[in-house]
Amino acid sequence: MDKTYEAIMARKNEILLKSVGLDYKEFENDGIGFDFEKMMDSTGYDYDLMETIQRDNGVGNTPLLDLKNITKLARKYAKPGYGAKILLKDEACNASGSFKARRASISVYHAKKLGFKGVIAATSGNYGAAVASQAAKHGLKCIIVQECYDSELKGQPEIIEKARKCEAFGAEVVRLTVGPELFYQLLLLLEETGYFNASLYTPFGIGGVETLGYELAIQTKEKYGKFPESVVCTNAGGGNLTGTARGLLRANADSLVIAASVNLSGLHMASDKDFNKKSFTTGHTGFGIPFSINPDRSDVPRSAGRPLRYMDEYYTVSQGEVFFVTEMLAELEGLERGPAGNTSLAVAFSLAQKMKEDEIIVVQETEYTGAGKHIQPQLSFAIENGINVEFGNPKDEVPGKSIILPRNPSLISARKLNIDDLRKSYLRSVIKVHSLTKNNLVDTDYLCEELRIDKNKLEKLLGEI
Amino acid sequence: MYNKKWKILYERSDNVIRKDSYVEVHIIVLSSEDRTAKIPEETKKVPYEMFVKGFLVNDADLKEEVSIKTITGRVVKGILIKENPTYELGYGNYVSHIMKIKEILRDEIDG
Repeated sequence: MDKTYEAIMARKNEILLKSVGLDYKEFENDGIGFDFEKMMDSTGYDYDLMETIQRDNGVGNTPLLDLKNITKLARKYAKPGYGAKILLKDEACNASGSFKARRASISVYHAKKLGFKGVIAATSGNYGAAVASQAAKHGLKCIIVQECYDSELKGQPEIIEKARKCEAFGAEVVRLTVGPELFYQLLLLLEETGYFNASLYTPFGIGGVETLGYELAIQTKEKYGKFPESVVCTNAGGGNLTGTARGLLRANADSLVIAASVNLSGLHMASDKDFNKKSFTTGHTGFGIPFSINPDRSDVPRSAGRPLRYMDEYYTVSQGEVFFVTEMLAELEGLERGPAGNTSLAVAFSLAQKMKEDEIIVVQETEYTGAGKHIQPQLSFAIENGINVEFGNPKDEVPGKSIILPRNPSLISARKLNIDDLRKSYLRSVIKVHSLTKNNLVDTDYLCEELRIDKNKLEKLLGEI
Repeated sequence: MYNKKWKILYERSDNVIRKDSYVEVHIIVLSSEDRTAKIPEETKKVPYEMFVKGFLVNDADLKEEVSIKTITGRVVKGILIKENPTYELGYGNYVSHIMKIKEILRDEIDG
Protein backbone atom coordinates (compact mmCIF):
# COMPACT_ATOMS: atom_id res chain seq x y z
CA MET A 1 0.00 0.00 0.00
CA ASP A 2 1.17 3.52 -0.79
CA LYS A 3 2.70 5.05 2.30
CA THR A 4 3.54 8.49 0.95
CA TYR A 5 2.36 11.54 2.86
CA GLU A 6 -0.38 12.30 0.30
CA ALA A 7 -1.63 8.71 0.15
CA ILE A 8 -1.81 8.32 3.92
CA MET A 9 -3.56 11.65 4.41
CA ALA A 10 -6.06 10.63 1.72
CA ARG A 11 -6.83 7.46 3.73
CA LYS A 12 -7.15 9.45 6.97
CA ASN A 13 -10.88 8.95 7.56
CA GLU A 14 -10.75 5.24 6.81
CA ILE A 15 -7.78 4.73 9.19
CA LEU A 16 -9.41 6.75 11.96
CA LEU A 17 -12.74 4.98 11.63
CA LYS A 18 -11.08 1.60 12.06
CA SER A 19 -8.83 2.65 14.89
CA VAL A 20 -11.31 4.53 17.08
CA GLY A 21 -14.27 2.24 16.55
CA LEU A 22 -16.67 5.20 16.33
CA ASP A 23 -18.40 6.31 13.18
CA TYR A 24 -18.38 10.07 13.59
CA LYS A 25 -20.76 10.45 10.63
CA GLU A 26 -23.56 9.27 12.91
CA PHE A 27 -23.29 12.45 14.96
CA GLU A 28 -23.11 14.95 12.09
CA ASN A 29 -25.95 17.40 11.40
CA ASP A 30 -26.89 18.37 7.86
CA GLY A 31 -25.19 21.73 8.25
CA ILE A 32 -21.88 22.44 9.93
CA GLY A 33 -22.54 21.11 13.40
CA PHE A 34 -22.85 17.77 15.14
CA ASP A 35 -24.73 16.30 18.08
CA PHE A 36 -22.23 16.61 20.95
CA GLU A 37 -24.37 14.89 23.59
CA LYS A 38 -25.18 12.00 21.27
CA MET A 39 -21.45 11.52 20.74
CA MET A 40 -20.75 11.63 24.48
CA ASP A 41 -23.51 9.04 25.08
CA SER A 42 -22.28 6.79 22.29
CA THR A 43 -19.50 5.32 24.41
CA GLY A 44 -21.93 3.14 26.33
CA TYR A 45 -20.17 3.95 29.61
CA ASP A 46 -22.32 5.68 32.18
CA TYR A 47 -20.82 7.50 35.13
CA ASP A 48 -21.01 4.57 37.59
CA LEU A 49 -19.32 2.21 35.16
CA MET A 50 -16.52 4.70 34.48
CA GLU A 51 -16.01 5.11 38.22
CA THR A 52 -15.82 1.33 38.69
CA ILE A 53 -13.33 0.93 35.84
CA GLN A 54 -11.17 3.67 37.35
CA ARG A 55 -11.30 2.26 40.90
CA ASP A 56 -10.30 -1.16 39.56
CA ASN A 57 -7.25 0.32 37.85
CA GLY A 58 -5.64 2.65 40.38
CA VAL A 59 -7.37 5.77 39.14
CA GLY A 60 -9.46 8.43 40.89
CA ASN A 61 -10.55 9.07 44.45
CA THR A 62 -7.55 11.36 44.92
CA PRO A 63 -7.27 13.52 48.05
CA LEU A 64 -8.55 17.09 48.22
CA LEU A 65 -5.96 19.01 50.21
CA ASP A 66 -6.42 22.23 52.15
CA LEU A 67 -3.50 24.53 51.23
CA LYS A 68 -3.61 26.34 54.57
CA ASN A 69 -0.24 28.06 54.33
CA ILE A 70 -0.69 29.22 50.75
CA THR A 71 -4.18 30.48 51.65
CA LYS A 72 -2.68 32.37 54.60
CA LEU A 73 -0.08 33.96 52.32
CA ALA A 74 -2.72 34.97 49.73
CA ARG A 75 -4.76 36.60 52.53
CA LYS A 76 -1.75 38.71 53.44
CA TYR A 77 -2.14 40.55 50.11
CA ALA A 78 -5.96 40.72 50.12
CA LYS A 79 -8.32 43.36 51.59
CA PRO A 80 -9.61 42.54 55.09
CA GLY A 81 -12.29 39.84 54.87
CA TYR A 82 -10.98 38.63 51.51
CA GLY A 83 -8.82 35.66 50.51
CA ALA A 84 -10.71 32.48 49.62
CA LYS A 85 -9.71 29.08 50.94
CA ILE A 86 -7.53 27.34 48.32
CA LEU A 87 -8.04 23.59 47.96
CA LEU A 88 -5.98 21.29 45.75
CA LYS A 89 -7.08 18.05 44.12
CA ASP A 90 -3.91 15.98 44.25
CA GLU A 91 -4.17 14.21 40.91
CA ALA A 92 -0.51 13.20 41.04
CA CYS A 93 -1.79 10.34 43.24
CA ASN A 94 -3.31 8.59 40.22
CA ALA A 95 -1.48 5.61 38.68
CA SER A 96 0.97 7.26 36.22
CA GLY A 97 1.06 10.52 38.21
CA SER A 98 -1.52 12.84 36.66
CA PHE A 99 -5.23 13.30 35.95
CA LYS A 100 -4.56 11.93 32.47
CA ALA A 101 -4.94 8.45 33.99
CA ARG A 102 -8.68 9.19 34.12
CA ARG A 103 -8.76 9.70 30.36
CA ALA A 104 -6.55 6.73 29.56
CA SER A 105 -8.42 4.34 31.87
CA ILE A 106 -11.63 4.44 29.84
CA SER A 107 -9.94 4.44 26.41
CA VAL A 108 -7.68 1.50 27.19
CA TYR A 109 -10.49 -0.48 28.86
CA HIS A 110 -12.58 0.08 25.75
CA ALA A 111 -9.74 -1.01 23.44
CA LYS A 112 -9.39 -4.21 25.45
CA LYS A 113 -13.15 -4.83 25.38
CA LEU A 114 -13.24 -4.42 21.60
CA GLY A 115 -10.43 -6.97 21.23
CA PHE A 116 -7.64 -4.67 20.05
CA LYS A 117 -4.15 -6.07 20.71
CA GLY A 118 -2.63 -2.70 21.44
CA VAL A 119 -3.15 1.04 21.79
CA ILE A 120 -1.42 4.05 20.26
CA ALA A 121 -1.47 7.63 21.44
CA ALA A 122 0.13 10.74 19.98
CA THR A 123 1.28 12.85 22.92
CA SER A 124 4.42 14.40 24.38
CA GLY A 125 2.68 14.85 27.69
CA ASN A 126 1.51 13.00 30.78
CA TYR A 127 -1.14 11.30 28.68
CA GLY A 128 1.51 9.01 27.16
CA ALA A 129 2.51 7.70 30.58
CA ALA A 130 -1.18 7.32 31.45
CA VAL A 131 -1.95 5.22 28.37
CA ALA A 132 1.22 3.16 28.87
CA SER A 133 0.33 2.55 32.52
CA GLN A 134 -3.23 1.44 31.77
CA ALA A 135 -2.04 -0.68 28.82
CA ALA A 136 0.37 -2.44 31.21
CA LYS A 137 -2.51 -3.09 33.60
CA HIS A 138 -4.71 -4.55 30.83
CA GLY A 139 -1.90 -6.52 29.14
CA LEU A 140 -2.14 -4.55 25.89
CA LYS A 141 0.79 -3.46 23.75
CA CYS A 142 1.38 0.27 23.59
CA ILE A 143 3.07 2.75 21.27
CA ILE A 144 3.46 6.40 22.22
CA VAL A 145 4.29 8.90 19.46
CA GLN A 146 6.10 11.97 20.75
CA GLU A 147 7.33 15.27 19.38
CA CYS A 148 10.60 15.30 21.27
CA TYR A 149 13.57 17.00 19.57
CA ASP A 150 14.49 20.07 17.57
CA SER A 151 16.61 19.62 14.43
CA GLU A 152 19.78 19.81 16.54
CA LEU A 153 18.42 16.81 18.43
CA LYS A 154 18.13 18.76 21.59
CA GLY A 155 15.26 17.23 23.52
CA GLN A 156 12.97 19.11 25.91
CA PRO A 157 13.92 17.57 29.31
CA GLU A 158 10.27 17.22 30.35
CA ILE A 159 9.43 15.24 27.21
CA ILE A 160 12.49 13.02 27.59
CA GLU A 161 11.34 12.20 31.12
CA LYS A 162 7.89 11.32 29.86
CA ALA A 163 9.46 8.98 27.25
CA ARG A 164 11.36 7.30 30.07
CA LYS A 165 8.18 6.83 32.07
CA CYS A 166 6.33 5.34 29.08
CA GLU A 167 9.20 2.89 28.57
CA ALA A 168 9.11 2.02 32.26
CA PHE A 169 5.54 0.81 31.68
CA GLY A 170 6.68 -1.31 28.73
CA ALA A 171 5.60 0.99 25.90
CA GLU A 172 7.44 1.59 22.65
CA VAL A 173 8.17 5.29 22.25
CA VAL A 174 8.55 6.71 18.75
CA ARG A 175 10.35 10.02 19.04
CA LEU A 176 10.08 12.69 16.36
CA THR A 177 11.47 16.09 15.54
CA VAL A 178 9.27 19.20 15.54
CA GLY A 179 6.39 19.35 13.10
CA PRO A 180 2.69 18.66 12.51
CA GLU A 181 3.64 15.65 10.37
CA LEU A 182 3.39 13.71 13.63
CA PHE A 183 -0.20 13.09 12.57
CA TYR A 184 1.07 11.36 9.40
CA GLN A 185 3.35 9.15 11.47
CA LEU A 186 0.45 8.35 13.82
CA LEU A 187 -1.74 7.29 10.88
CA LEU A 188 1.09 5.15 9.47
CA LEU A 189 1.46 3.35 12.79
CA LEU A 190 -2.28 2.87 13.22
CA GLU A 191 -2.49 1.32 9.78
CA GLU A 192 0.60 -0.83 10.25
CA THR A 193 -0.38 -2.25 13.65
CA GLY A 194 -4.18 -2.19 13.62
CA TYR A 195 -4.04 -0.88 17.21
CA PHE A 196 -6.68 1.28 18.88
CA ASN A 197 -6.21 5.05 18.62
CA ALA A 198 -6.37 6.11 22.28
CA SER A 199 -6.71 9.72 21.19
CA LEU A 200 -6.90 12.39 23.86
CA TYR A 201 -10.03 13.74 22.24
CA THR A 202 -12.47 10.84 22.02
CA PRO A 203 -15.62 10.78 24.17
CA PHE A 204 -14.01 7.92 26.17
CA GLY A 205 -11.14 10.15 27.21
CA ILE A 206 -13.23 13.19 28.08
CA GLY A 207 -15.91 11.10 29.79
CA GLY A 208 -13.19 9.73 32.05
CA VAL A 209 -12.47 13.24 33.38
CA GLU A 210 -16.07 13.73 34.50
CA THR A 211 -15.27 11.76 37.64
CA LEU A 212 -12.72 14.44 38.56
CA GLY A 213 -15.25 17.25 38.55
CA TYR A 214 -17.84 15.18 40.35
CA GLU A 215 -15.41 13.96 43.04
CA LEU A 216 -14.09 17.39 43.86
CA ALA A 217 -17.60 18.82 44.12
CA ILE A 218 -18.73 16.06 46.50
CA GLN A 219 -15.50 16.13 48.54
CA THR A 220 -15.80 19.90 49.02
CA LYS A 221 -19.46 19.64 49.99
CA GLU A 222 -18.86 16.82 52.46
CA LYS A 223 -16.06 18.65 54.23
CA TYR A 224 -17.12 22.30 53.98
CA GLY A 225 -20.90 22.01 53.59
CA LYS A 226 -21.08 23.65 50.15
CA PHE A 227 -19.82 23.42 46.62
CA PRO A 228 -16.76 25.50 45.71
CA GLU A 229 -17.47 28.98 44.36
CA SER A 230 -14.74 28.53 41.71
CA VAL A 231 -12.83 25.67 40.12
CA VAL A 232 -9.66 26.41 38.16
CA CYS A 233 -8.68 24.04 35.34
CA THR A 234 -5.39 24.16 33.47
CA ASN A 235 -6.40 24.41 29.82
CA ALA A 236 -4.56 23.07 26.78
CA GLY A 237 -6.52 20.78 24.43
CA GLY A 238 -9.74 21.53 26.30
CA GLY A 239 -10.50 18.02 27.60
CA ASN A 240 -9.57 18.68 31.20
CA LEU A 241 -11.91 21.65 31.44
CA THR A 242 -14.72 20.00 29.48
CA GLY A 243 -14.68 16.78 31.52
CA THR A 244 -14.35 18.57 34.86
CA ALA A 245 -17.18 20.99 34.06
CA ARG A 246 -19.46 18.10 33.05
CA GLY A 247 -18.67 16.34 36.32
CA LEU A 248 -19.50 19.50 38.28
CA LEU A 249 -22.85 19.73 36.46
CA ARG A 250 -23.56 16.11 37.31
CA ALA A 251 -23.07 16.96 40.99
CA ASN A 252 -25.35 20.01 40.52
CA ALA A 253 -22.48 22.26 41.58
CA ASP A 254 -22.86 25.82 40.37
CA SER A 255 -19.15 26.64 40.60
CA LEU A 256 -17.57 29.09 38.19
CA VAL A 257 -15.39 27.15 35.73
CA ILE A 258 -12.15 29.03 35.23
CA ALA A 259 -9.60 28.16 32.53
CA ALA A 260 -5.90 28.78 33.18
CA SER A 261 -3.00 28.68 30.69
CA VAL A 262 0.64 29.70 30.74
CA ASN A 263 1.20 32.62 28.40
CA LEU A 264 3.45 31.59 25.52
CA SER A 265 2.22 34.19 23.04
CA GLY A 266 4.69 34.91 20.25
CA LEU A 267 6.12 31.39 20.18
CA HIS A 268 5.09 29.26 17.19
CA MET A 269 4.23 25.69 18.17
CA ALA A 270 5.52 24.22 14.87
CA SER A 271 8.76 26.22 14.91
CA ASP A 272 11.98 24.27 15.10
CA LYS A 273 13.64 27.32 16.69
CA ASP A 274 10.95 28.11 19.24
CA PHE A 275 10.59 24.48 20.38
CA ASN A 276 13.23 24.65 23.10
CA LYS A 277 12.64 28.29 24.00
CA LYS A 278 9.61 27.37 26.06
CA SER A 279 9.70 25.90 29.55
CA PHE A 280 6.20 24.45 29.42
CA THR A 281 5.24 21.70 27.03
CA THR A 282 1.56 21.76 27.95
CA GLY A 283 -1.04 23.82 29.77
CA HIS A 284 -0.05 26.82 27.65
CA THR A 285 -1.79 29.28 25.34
CA GLY A 286 -0.11 27.69 22.27
CA PHE A 287 -2.60 24.83 22.69
CA GLY A 288 -5.25 26.45 24.90
CA ILE A 289 -6.28 29.19 22.48
CA PRO A 290 -6.23 27.35 19.12
CA PHE A 291 -8.06 24.35 20.61
CA SER A 292 -10.71 26.65 22.15
CA ILE A 293 -11.40 28.45 18.90
CA ASN A 294 -11.21 25.31 16.75
CA PRO A 295 -11.57 22.11 18.81
CA ASP A 296 -11.77 19.96 15.69
CA ARG A 297 -8.12 20.55 14.83
CA SER A 298 -7.34 17.40 16.89
CA ASP A 299 -6.58 13.86 15.68
CA VAL A 300 -10.22 12.72 15.52
CA PRO A 301 -12.99 14.15 13.29
CA ARG A 302 -14.86 15.68 16.25
CA SER A 303 -13.10 16.50 19.49
CA ALA A 304 -14.97 15.77 22.70
CA GLY A 305 -12.99 18.56 24.39
CA ARG A 306 -15.01 21.72 23.72
CA PRO A 307 -14.02 24.26 26.37
CA LEU A 308 -16.03 27.26 25.16
CA ARG A 309 -19.20 25.27 25.97
CA TYR A 310 -18.29 25.34 29.66
CA MET A 311 -15.79 28.08 30.41
CA ASP A 312 -16.91 31.05 32.53
CA GLU A 313 -13.58 32.90 32.60
CA TYR A 314 -10.11 32.42 31.11
CA TYR A 315 -6.88 33.66 32.70
CA THR A 316 -3.23 33.45 31.75
CA VAL A 317 -0.13 33.51 33.94
CA SER A 318 3.55 33.73 33.05
CA GLN A 319 6.10 30.93 33.18
CA GLY A 320 7.89 32.78 36.01
CA GLU A 321 4.70 32.91 38.09
CA VAL A 322 4.09 29.16 37.68
CA PHE A 323 7.68 28.33 38.61
CA PHE A 324 7.34 30.53 41.68
CA VAL A 325 4.16 28.83 42.92
CA THR A 326 5.70 25.43 42.20
CA GLU A 327 8.43 26.30 44.68
CA MET A 328 5.76 27.76 47.00
CA LEU A 329 3.91 24.44 47.02
CA ALA A 330 7.10 22.61 48.00
CA GLU A 331 8.31 25.18 50.52
CA LEU A 332 5.03 26.02 52.27
CA GLU A 333 2.93 22.87 51.83
CA GLY A 334 5.56 20.13 51.59
CA LEU A 335 4.27 19.00 48.19
CA GLU A 336 6.70 18.56 45.34
CA ARG A 337 4.69 18.54 42.12
CA GLY A 338 5.44 19.22 38.43
CA PRO A 339 5.33 22.82 37.21
CA ALA A 340 2.80 22.59 34.33
CA GLY A 341 0.09 21.22 36.61
CA ASN A 342 0.56 24.23 38.86
CA THR A 343 -0.65 26.68 36.22
CA SER A 344 -4.09 26.60 37.80
CA LEU A 345 -2.55 27.07 41.26
CA ALA A 346 -0.86 30.31 40.12
CA VAL A 347 -4.21 31.57 38.83
CA ALA A 348 -6.01 30.48 42.02
CA PHE A 349 -3.43 32.23 44.23
CA SER A 350 -4.19 35.46 42.40
CA LEU A 351 -8.00 35.07 42.16
CA ALA A 352 -8.41 33.96 45.79
CA GLN A 353 -7.31 37.43 46.86
CA LYS A 354 -10.36 38.94 45.13
CA MET A 355 -12.77 36.44 46.66
CA LYS A 356 -14.29 36.58 50.15
CA GLU A 357 -12.65 34.73 53.03
CA ASP A 358 -15.57 32.30 53.40
CA GLU A 359 -15.43 31.32 49.73
CA ILE A 360 -13.63 28.30 48.27
CA ILE A 361 -11.52 28.00 45.15
CA VAL A 362 -10.40 24.56 43.99
CA VAL A 363 -7.29 23.88 41.95
CA GLN A 364 -8.33 20.69 40.18
CA GLU A 365 -5.02 18.99 39.38
CA THR A 366 -1.39 18.33 40.20
CA GLU A 367 1.12 16.20 38.30
CA TYR A 368 4.16 14.17 39.36
CA THR A 369 7.61 15.69 39.12
CA GLY A 370 11.17 14.36 38.83
CA ALA A 371 14.30 14.54 36.71
CA GLY A 372 13.67 16.69 33.63
CA LYS A 373 10.24 17.90 34.77
CA HIS A 374 11.30 19.51 38.01
CA ILE A 375 11.67 23.30 38.32
CA GLN A 376 15.49 23.11 38.51
CA PRO A 377 16.18 21.21 35.24
CA GLN A 378 13.57 23.36 33.52
CA LEU A 379 15.14 26.63 34.68
CA SER A 380 18.63 25.26 34.01
CA PHE A 381 17.54 24.30 30.47
CA ALA A 382 16.03 27.75 29.90
CA ILE A 383 19.29 29.44 30.95
CA GLU A 384 21.26 27.07 28.63
CA ASN A 385 18.99 28.13 25.77
CA GLY A 386 19.72 31.80 26.28
CA ILE A 387 16.55 32.70 28.20
CA ASN A 388 17.11 35.51 30.66
CA VAL A 389 15.92 34.29 34.09
CA GLU A 390 15.58 37.07 36.64
CA PHE A 391 13.44 38.51 39.44
CA GLY A 392 11.11 41.39 38.72
CA ASN A 393 7.50 41.95 37.73
CA PRO A 394 6.14 38.89 35.85
CA LYS A 395 4.06 41.12 33.58
CA ASP A 396 7.34 42.11 31.89
CA GLU A 397 8.10 38.52 30.85
CA VAL A 398 8.56 37.96 27.08
CA PRO A 399 8.01 34.28 26.21
CA GLY A 400 11.06 32.85 24.46
CA LYS A 401 13.27 35.67 25.75
CA SER A 402 12.79 35.93 29.49
CA ILE A 403 11.38 34.23 32.55
CA ILE A 404 10.56 36.82 35.19
CA LEU A 405 10.13 35.34 38.66
CA PRO A 406 8.06 37.63 40.89
CA ARG A 407 10.30 39.50 43.33
CA ASN A 408 7.40 39.28 45.77
CA PRO A 409 4.38 36.91 45.81
CA SER A 410 2.09 39.96 45.79
CA LEU A 411 3.11 40.45 42.13
CA ILE A 412 1.49 37.17 41.04
CA SER A 413 -1.44 38.44 39.05
CA ALA A 414 -3.53 36.39 36.60
CA ARG A 415 -4.47 38.27 33.44
CA LYS A 416 -8.03 37.88 32.17
CA LEU A 417 -8.68 37.06 28.53
CA ASN A 418 -11.79 38.36 26.84
CA ILE A 419 -13.90 35.27 26.09
CA ASP A 420 -15.89 37.21 23.50
CA ASP A 421 -12.65 37.63 21.55
CA LEU A 422 -12.23 33.84 21.59
CA ARG A 423 -15.86 33.40 20.50
CA LYS A 424 -15.29 35.78 17.60
CA SER A 425 -12.16 33.87 16.61
CA TYR A 426 -14.21 30.66 16.76
CA LEU A 427 -16.79 32.18 14.42
CA ARG A 428 -14.09 33.42 12.03
CA SER A 429 -12.64 29.93 11.98
CA VAL A 430 -16.04 28.31 11.26
CA ILE A 431 -16.73 30.81 8.47
CA LYS A 432 -13.33 30.09 6.92
CA VAL A 433 -13.37 26.29 7.29
CA HIS A 434 -16.88 25.95 5.83
CA SER A 435 -16.52 28.75 3.25
CA LEU A 436 -19.51 30.63 4.64
CA THR A 437 -20.19 34.32 5.01
CA LYS A 438 -21.49 36.17 8.04
CA ASN A 439 -24.88 36.49 6.37
CA ASN A 440 -25.46 32.90 5.31
CA LEU A 441 -24.54 31.11 8.54
CA VAL A 442 -26.29 27.80 9.08
CA ASP A 443 -26.80 25.80 12.26
CA THR A 444 -27.06 28.87 14.45
CA ASP A 445 -28.51 26.78 17.30
CA TYR A 446 -25.37 24.68 17.22
CA LEU A 447 -23.15 27.77 17.22
CA CYS A 448 -25.03 29.14 20.23
CA GLU A 449 -24.45 25.87 22.09
CA GLU A 450 -20.79 25.79 21.14
CA LEU A 451 -20.24 29.33 22.36
CA ARG A 452 -22.71 29.22 25.25
CA ILE A 453 -24.55 32.31 24.07
CA ASP A 454 -28.05 33.23 22.85
CA LYS A 455 -29.08 34.29 19.33
CA ASN A 456 -28.92 38.01 20.16
CA LYS A 457 -25.37 37.66 21.40
CA LEU A 458 -24.47 35.66 18.28
CA GLU A 459 -25.81 38.49 16.11
CA LYS A 460 -23.83 41.02 18.12
CA LEU A 461 -20.57 39.06 17.84
CA LEU A 462 -21.07 38.52 14.11
CA GLY A 463 -21.54 42.24 13.73
CA GLU A 464 -18.19 42.83 15.34
CA ILE A 465 -16.13 40.53 13.14
CA MET B 1 23.24 12.96 4.85
CA TYR B 2 25.36 12.57 7.92
CA ASN B 3 26.84 15.85 8.85
CA LYS B 4 28.75 16.79 11.96
CA LYS B 5 25.58 16.82 13.97
CA TRP B 6 25.06 13.09 13.51
CA LYS B 7 28.61 12.08 14.31
CA ILE B 8 28.25 13.22 17.89
CA LEU B 9 25.41 10.79 18.24
CA TYR B 10 27.36 7.69 17.48
CA GLU B 11 28.40 5.81 20.56
CA ARG B 12 31.07 3.11 20.07
CA SER B 13 32.52 2.73 16.64
CA ASP B 14 35.18 0.04 17.07
CA ASN B 15 33.55 -3.37 17.48
CA VAL B 16 30.67 -4.90 15.66
CA ILE B 17 27.39 -4.71 17.55
CA ARG B 18 25.92 -8.13 18.17
CA LYS B 19 22.49 -9.39 17.20
CA ASP B 20 19.90 -8.93 19.99
CA SER B 21 21.73 -5.93 21.47
CA TYR B 22 19.44 -3.08 22.57
CA VAL B 23 20.00 -0.21 20.13
CA GLU B 24 18.53 2.94 18.67
CA VAL B 25 17.99 3.75 15.01
CA HIS B 26 17.44 6.98 13.12
CA ILE B 27 15.05 7.39 10.20
CA ILE B 28 14.39 10.33 7.91
CA VAL B 29 10.60 10.23 7.62
CA LEU B 30 10.27 13.15 5.20
CA SER B 31 13.04 15.08 3.49
CA SER B 32 12.77 18.82 3.76
CA GLU B 33 11.28 19.05 0.21
CA ASP B 34 8.53 16.60 1.10
CA ARG B 35 7.38 18.38 4.26
CA THR B 36 3.93 19.90 4.58
CA ALA B 37 3.65 23.46 3.35
CA LYS B 38 1.86 24.70 6.45
CA ILE B 39 4.92 25.10 8.70
CA PRO B 40 7.31 27.93 9.54
CA GLU B 41 10.31 28.43 7.25
CA GLU B 42 12.89 27.22 9.79
CA THR B 43 10.99 23.93 10.23
CA LYS B 44 10.48 23.46 6.49
CA LYS B 45 14.23 23.78 5.98
CA VAL B 46 15.07 20.64 7.99
CA PRO B 47 14.02 17.02 7.44
CA TYR B 48 11.38 15.31 9.56
CA GLU B 49 13.20 12.70 11.62
CA MET B 50 12.35 9.76 13.85
CA PHE B 51 14.13 7.69 16.51
CA VAL B 52 13.14 4.19 17.59
CA LYS B 53 14.69 1.74 20.06
CA GLY B 54 14.70 -2.05 19.84
CA PHE B 55 16.73 -5.25 19.52
CA LEU B 56 19.14 -5.65 16.63
CA VAL B 57 18.07 -8.37 14.16
CA ASN B 58 21.59 -9.08 12.76
CA ASP B 59 25.17 -8.17 13.75
CA ALA B 60 25.99 -4.70 12.42
CA ASP B 61 28.24 -1.66 12.66
CA LEU B 62 27.18 1.83 13.58
CA LYS B 63 25.98 3.95 10.63
CA GLU B 64 24.74 0.85 8.77
CA GLU B 65 21.12 0.44 7.77
CA VAL B 66 19.72 -2.27 10.04
CA SER B 67 16.49 -3.85 11.15
CA ILE B 68 15.43 -3.82 14.78
CA LYS B 69 12.60 -5.52 16.60
CA THR B 70 10.84 -3.15 18.97
CA ILE B 71 9.31 -4.10 22.31
CA THR B 72 5.87 -4.32 20.64
CA GLY B 73 7.32 -6.72 18.04
CA ARG B 74 7.44 -4.31 15.10
CA VAL B 75 10.38 -4.61 12.73
CA VAL B 76 11.77 -1.17 11.92
CA LYS B 77 14.55 -0.27 9.46
CA GLY B 78 16.89 2.63 10.14
CA ILE B 79 20.46 3.78 10.52
CA LEU B 80 22.11 2.34 13.61
CA ILE B 81 23.20 5.21 15.84
CA LYS B 82 23.47 3.91 19.41
CA GLU B 83 24.18 0.77 21.37
CA ASN B 84 22.65 0.44 24.84
CA PRO B 85 20.73 3.74 24.72
CA THR B 86 20.11 5.07 28.23
CA TYR B 87 18.56 8.08 29.94
CA GLU B 88 20.76 11.07 30.39
CA LEU B 89 18.22 13.41 31.88
CA GLY B 90 18.77 14.81 35.34
CA TYR B 91 18.25 17.92 37.42
CA GLY B 92 20.41 20.28 35.34
CA ASN B 93 22.76 22.77 36.95
CA TYR B 94 22.24 24.40 40.32
CA VAL B 95 19.93 27.39 39.82
CA SER B 96 20.42 30.02 42.51
CA HIS B 97 16.99 31.56 41.82
CA ILE B 98 15.31 28.62 43.54
CA MET B 99 17.08 29.34 46.84
CA LYS B 100 16.13 32.99 46.43
CA ILE B 101 12.44 32.04 46.08
CA LYS B 102 12.68 30.05 49.32
CA GLU B 103 14.20 33.09 51.05
CA ILE B 104 11.47 35.42 49.73
CA LEU B 105 8.75 33.00 50.91
CA ARG B 106 10.27 32.64 54.38
CA ASP B 107 10.53 36.41 54.78
CA GLU B 108 6.90 36.82 53.71
CA ILE B 109 5.61 34.10 56.05
CA ASP B 110 7.63 35.34 59.04
CA GLY B 111 7.11 39.02 58.32
